[in-house]
Amino acid sequence: MAVVRANDISIRYIVGDLKSIGLKDYVIRVLSGKYKVTEFWADRHVTFSLDKGDMLGIIGTNGAGKSTLLKAVSGIMTPTEGTMKVSGKIAALLELSSGFDAELTVRENTYLRGAMMGYTRKFMDEKYDEIIRFAELTEFQNHSFRQLSSGMKSRLGFSIACLVKPDVIILDEVLSVGDGAFRRKSSERLREILRSGVTGILVSHSVDQIRELCNKILWLDHGKQLIFSDEVEFCCDAYEEFLYTKKLPETREDMERLAADFQVRAAKKREEAEKKQEKQIRRALANEDSEKYVEDALSILRRYRPELLAAEIAEQPAQPEKTEGKE
Amino acid sequence: MAELFDNIKKTWNKRVVMTYKKHRFLFEELVKRDFKRKYKGTMLGMFWSILNPLLHLLVMRLVFTQFFGRNTPHYTTYLFTGLLLFDFYREATTQGMSAIMSNANIVSKVNVPHYLFLLSKNVSCLINFALTFCVFLLFCVLDGVRITWSFFALLYPTCCLIVFNIGVGMILSSLYVFFRDMSYLYGIFTLLLRYMSAIFYHVESMSWKVQRLFFLNPVYSYIRYYRIICLDGGFPSFRLHALCAGYALAALLVGVWFYKRNRTRFLYYL
Repeated sequence: MAVVRANDISIRYIVGDLKSIGLKDYVIRVLSGKYKVTEFWADRHVTFSLDKGDMLGIIGTNGAGKSTLLKAVSGIMTPTEGTMKVSGKIAALLELSSGFDAELTVRENTYLRGAMMGYTRKFMDEKYDEIIRFAELTEFQNHSFRQLSSGMKSRLGFSIACLVKPDVIILDEVLSVGDGAFRRKSSERLREILRSGVTGILVSHSVDQIRELCNKILWLDHGKQLIFSDEVEFCCDAYEEFLYTKKLPETREDMERLAADFQVRAAKKREEAEKKQEKQIRRALANEDSEKYVEDALSILRRYRPELLAAEIAEQPAQPEKTEGKE
Repeated sequence: MAELFDNIKKTWNKRVVMTYKKHRFLFEELVKRDFKRKYKGTMLGMFWSILNPLLHLLVMRLVFTQFFGRNTPHYTTYLFTGLLLFDFYREATTQGMSAIMSNANIVSKVNVPHYLFLLSKNVSCLINFALTFCVFLLFCVLDGVRITWSFFALLYPTCCLIVFNIGVGMILSSLYVFFRDMSYLYGIFTLLLRYMSAIFYHVESMSWKVQRLFFLNPVYSYIRYYRIICLDGGFPSFRLHALCAGYALAALLVGVWFYKRNRTRFLYYL
């Protein structure tokens, strides 16, 4: 059974009607004959369904309707057309640092946010210390929220949101929170949650992240659904090529062509990179026959091609060039 | 008949009790937040709840007894009943109006029912009202008003007013999302309503016809109820009871209908 089922979802904004432009502009525009209500479809005919354990990656350029779609999934927004069915508890991690109250203290805000996420007071009492410790805000507990840095705010937001064992988790560009150390900790926690068989939706501008985490993919462009499929690698290839050439694929063939082009380009790029590294190594080795330059060459290899180095150790005699340098 | 009653009870249990249980924690936290925020940074804090109406009363009393020479018996109590109820109404509805708007950043990110914000505003206003009410009772005693058992009947118009406030708040907060001009319009409206609520003048000298017109103003009806109990020493007629409840229910029904009709569209305008 599908955990999330979006059936022909369309979401429409009305732009330029009386309510959004105000009475003054309304009168002026009507008098000058310029009054026009325009519809703006943030999402148009989007259909997808996820089973338990699926991880959906949503890709698309800015303004493609990704965040609006997430709002519809989390129930904040009701679609103009179509139906959205979600079974189970949803944890939506949208813009973690906002929605806190600047006047309240960290402690009060933590409880308030917990309440909003649908936790009980008992649960919060139990978990409060853990949240604060995870967010590394122990010494700030009674500070007013306006005194915190924005990184601290999103750290707290993340810590509260990640406590739940949700059935559906929605991540909007939140895989990178806080500074380096916290980022490692937070992405570890997230992966832990994802491994537990939760159904997830991930919006990210990092295609590599999508390749790594997702098994289904949805590509939106200006609200329209280009493709929903489980060929993640294929779509990511096409998408990356699209970002490069800015040519929007219209048919399946277009997309296949894009993906193929990407493969070619990626191969070329790899080749070039390899050549460059080789050159660097050669230069380092040619310079002088001392231990220092060998070390340099090795460090270049270590950085760019660790797999080569591993192979080298396994079959050393087959790599005359490098052994030569060592002797 | 019994079956119908059972059905109603079941739906009530399912809809209202479940919703309450689900959102109780959030609701409590919101009330706490509203109350704390109100007095954040002030030196007297919660005392303003008591001090504010008292000072208000003092000014009004000074103006109307010293300058206009009004000297009817128990004038302080007369004034206080009017101020007490009208300020409760004004505060609850004005704050209720901005309830959804001012929480826009929460509403657009977390899936919680919007009316919770309105209700929490109403509750924090009610706490305020309760504090002022205690002072009011004290003043009644100082003013020489006899406190009798019939004072318990004051609960009735108070409850009606609470429901009325919630209903009006639902209409206003929905409208306010679409029309920001509402805050100015409503400010003028409450001023008008204030002068039509006979807070500082007496209506007895007017003709019966005009007096009846006053009952078109819901807030006046609640004030009148208070005055009959506190000052006239009588007990309000059945018709006044019906009127009080009628206004409250009408406001609530229209409010709920209006809110439900518009709630899905709020997000486009926040």
